[in-house]
Amino acid sequence: MTDTVTGTTISPTDHEDHGPTTFLTKYIWSQDHKVIAIQYAITAISVGMVALALSWLMRLQLGFPDTFDFIDPAGYYQYVTMHGMIMVIYLLTAIFLGGFGNYLIPLMIGARDMVFPYLNMLSYWFYLVSVLVLMSSFFVTGGPTGAGWTLYPPQSILPGTPGYEWGIILMLVSLVIFIVAFTMGGLNYVTTILQARAKGMTLMRMPLSVWGIFVATIMGLLAFPALFVGGVMMMFDRLLGTSFFMPAIIAQGEALQYNGGSPLLFQHLFWFFGHPEVYIVALPAFGIVSDLISIHARKNIFGYRMMVWAIVGIGALSFVVWAHHMYVSGMNPYFGFFFAVTTLIIAVPTAIKVYNWVLTLWRGDIHLTLPMLYSIAFILTFVVGGLTGLFLGNVVIDVPLSDTYFVVAHFHMVMGIAPILVVFGAIYHWYPKITGRLLNVQMGHIHFWVTFIGTYLMYFPMHYLGFVGVPRRYFAYEDAVFIPESAQTLNAFITVIALIIGAVQLLFIFNLIWSCFKGKEAGPNPWNATSLEWQTAETPPGHGNWGPTDPVVYRWAYDYSVPGVEEDFIPQNVPHAKGETHQGRDDDTEGV
Amino acid sequence: MILVIVLVLIVVGSVIFSFTSPWWFTPLASNWGAIDTTLIITFVITGIVFTAVVLFMAYAIFRYRHKEGSRADYEPENKKLEIWLTVLTSIGIIAMLAPGLIVWDQFITVPKEAKVVEVLGKQWTWAFRFPGKDGKLGTVDTRLINDENPWGLIPGDPNGQDDLLVDDSELHLPIGKPYKLLLRSTDVLHDFYVPQFRAKMDLVPGLVTYFWFTPTKIGEFEILCAELCGVAHSEMRGLVVIDEEPAFQEWLNEHPTFAQETALIEAQVSEVPNQ
Repeated sequence: MTDTVTGTTISPTDHEDHGPTTFLTKYIWSQDHKVIAIQYAITAISVGMVALALSWLMRLQLGFPDTFDFIDPAGYYQYVTMHGMIMVIYLLTAIFLGGFGNYLIPLMIGARDMVFPYLNMLSYWFYLVSVLVLMSSFFVTGGPTGAGWTLYPPQSILPGTPGYEWGIILMLVSLVIFIVAFTMGGLNYVTTILQARAKGMTLMRMPLSVWGIFVATIMGLLAFPALFVGGVMMMFDRLLGTSFFMPAIIAQGEALQYNGGSPLLFQHLFWFFGHPEVYIVALPAFGIVSDLISIHARKNIFGYRMMVWAIVGIGALSFVVWAHHMYVSGMNPYFGFFFAVTTLIIAVPTAIKVYNWVLTLWRGDIHLTLPMLYSIAFILTFVVGGLTGLFLGNVVIDVPLSDTYFVVAHFHMVMGIAPILVVFGAIYHWYPKITGRLLNVQMGHIHFWVTFIGTYLMYFPMHYLGFVGVPRRYFAYEDAVFIPESAQTLNAFITVIALIIGAVQLLFIFNLIWSCFKGKEAGPNPWNATSLEWQTAETPPGHGNWGPTDPVVYRWAYDYSVPGVEEDFIPQNVPHAKGETHQGRDDDTEGV
Repeated sequence: MILVIVLVLIVVGSVIFSFTSPWWFTPLASNWGAIDTTLIITFVITGIVFTAVVLFMAYAIFRYRHKEGSRADYEPENKKLEIWLTVLTSIGIIAMLAPGLIVWDQFITVPKEAKVVEVLGKQWTWAFRFPGKDGKLGTVDTRLINDENPWGLIPGDPNGQDDLLVDDSELHLPIGKPYKLLLRSTDVLHDFYVPQFRAKMDLVPGLVTYFWFTPTKIGEFEILCAELCGVAHSEMRGLVVIDEEPAFQEWLNEHPTFAQETALIEAQVSEVPNQ
C-alpha cells in the first residue's frame, strides 16, 4: 500500500485517514488542491481589485486633467506601474495557473490531488507573501515604484523616478518570491499531468484546458528564470553598486559611480520572460475557452489535434519573438527582420485557433449561457487584439505606433480584457462545481453586458488615439498642439466608461458571495459536460476527489451529440457502447 | 438574439467609426510615406478579417442557437478545410509582412549623402550638436560631462573643436535633405519622437542609436519623449523647425562652436582671480 494520493493502488479507507479534520488544516494550512486553488483565486481577485482601483485613479487624471489635486505626476506613474504589474503577474498569472490550474488539473485528469501537496501549499503561501511585500510598498518612504511595469533601468533605480528608494526594491523582492512560488506550483502541475493521469487518460484525450495550462506552465518554468536573474542583477545594481545595466551616467548634473553596463541587456532579459508571459496568460485562456465553447455549443471542439499542436506551437514560437517589444529600443536594427518574421508566423497557429472556435459554433446547438456569452465576447475581443498585433509585430509599422495609445489598446484587448473575459466565463462555468450552487443569472447578465460592451467602447477608439500619435505614459497633454481637442473628449468618455465597468465588477464580487449561500442548487453536472470534474461522487468534490474508486477514462472529452446515442453527451468515464459512431475520430475507439 | 444584433452593430459601428472619426494620422511631414502605406495595407487586410470572422460568428449564433429539439453535428475534424484556412492565412500574413520588411530595409539603410546631427537627451530636456565644417562630430565621453562641457566632448579631439552646440530644445533642419539623427542620452532611456515624421527611436545611455529621415514640409513640429523617463516624462518636449536652407544656415551660425565655448569659459575662469 503506497502512501501517495495519486496512484490507483491507494486504499480508500487509508485515504480517508489523510483527510484534514480541523478548520485550520482544512481551510488555512490546506494541502488539498481545491482549497489551495480557492486561496489563490481569492488572493488574486483581491489584489486585482487594488489594481482596478488604481486604474480608476489613472483614468480620472487622463479624463479630467487639472481636476483632482490629489493626483500628482509621481502618483500617476505609480498607479500605472502597479496597475500593470499586478494585473499581469499577481492577478492573471496567479489566477490561471494557481487558481484554475490547481483546481482543474487533478479533477480533469482523474487524479486525487497534486503529486506534491505540501509543495503546493508552500507555493500558495509564498505567493501570498509576494503579494504582501508588493502591497507594503504603498506604505514605505517614496511609495511604490513608478518606473512602469517594464521596470527599465537606469531610470527605475535613479532619483527622478518615484519609488526609487524602496518601492523598486520591494517590487524586485516581491517578484523573486513570486517566481519561487510559481516554480513550486509549476513543477507540481507539470509532474501531476505527466504522472498522475487516470487510467485511459492519454495526453491526446485531455481537455484543452489542461493542455493550455500544461504548456503555459512549462513556458513559465523556462521564462520566469530570465526575470529572476534580471531582478537580482538590478537589485545588485541598486544596492551593491554593480553595473550590470548601468553605463556611465550623469543624473541631473551629478556623475554616478556606475560604468560599462547595458540597459538593453535588461530589456532582453525582461522580454525573454515578458513575451512568453503574454502566452502564459493566453494559453490557459485559449484552452479553457475551447472547453466552454464546446460544452455550451453541445458540439465537439473542431480540430482537436490541430488545437493541441497550435498550443504547443505557439508556446515554442513565443520564445523567439521577444525582441518585437524592442524594435525602437536601439538594439541592432537587423534583428528587426528576424523578429518580424517569427512574430507574424505565430499569427498562423493563433488564427487557426480562432477559426476552430468559430467552426465549433457552426452547426452546434448553441446555448447562450453566461459561459458561452463570455466565450463569444472573448473571441471578438481576442480577434481585435490579435489583429492589431499584426500592426505592431510588423517592425516598420511599429515605428510610428510604438509607445502610443495604440499599444495600450492592443495589449489591453489581447492580454487584459480577452483573458479576463475567459476568467469570468470560467468562474460562471465551474462555480457550481466549486460551491455546489449556480451564480445568479440576472446579476451575471448585467455584469456581462456592461463588461463586454463597455470594454469594447473603451479600447476600440483608443487605437485611434494611437494613430494620432498620442504617446502613452503621459501624465498630461495640455500643450501638445498636434493632438486635437476632441481627443480630450474621447479621454473623458473612456474614463466614464471605465468607472462604470469598474463598478459592475463590484456586482460580480457581490454575486460570488451572495450565490455561495443563496444560489440555486446546481447538482453534480448542471451543464451536462463530459469531462471528469463533473463526474465526481460529491459536489463539491470531497478530499481525494473520487470517493472509493478511481475514474477510468474511455474517450476524449468532446463526445457531444454523438450520432446513435440519445443523450447529447457521453462522459469520459463511460465505456463505448454499441451504436456509437465516431466518424473522423477513429483513433479513439480502441478503449483502454 | 440580442447578442447577434450587438455583434453586427459592433462590426458596422467599427467600420463607420474608422471612416468618420476625427482621430487619424497627423499630416505626413517626412519621406516616410511608405510606412503609412504598409500600415494602410495591414489596416485593410485586418479590417476585412475582423469583419468576416465576427459576421460569420454572428450568423453561426443566429442559425444554430439552441431551439427545442435541435442537436449539434458531430464533426471532429475536416482536414481539407483546415489546410485551406492555413494557406489563406499564410498568404494574408505574407501580404502584410513582405512590404513591411522592404520598408524596414529602407528605414535602416541610411543614404550616403545624409548629414548627421546629434540629439542629446537628458532628464527632461533636449540639446543638439551639429558637426562643423569638417563634417565630423567630435568624440564624446559621458564621464567628461560637467557644467563647462555639457556634451562631454573630448578636449583634445580636433574633430570636435568646430562642432556647433545647440543648448536649447529647438532644432532646425533644412527641408529636402536627408538627415541621420545620432541619438545619445546621458542618464536614462528617452525616445525622440515627432508624430508627423512617423519615425522614432530610443536614446540609450551608453549607446549611440540612430534613425534617418528627410523633412518634406516647412513648419514647426513637436518633439515628444516617447519612452518613460521619470516623473517629468510628459514635460520633456522640444520643437523641430523645418526651414529653407538659407534660414537654416543663418540659425545654425548663431550657435557657438565647442572651441568658442571653451575659450569663453577659460576667459571667465581667468577673470576670477582678478575680482
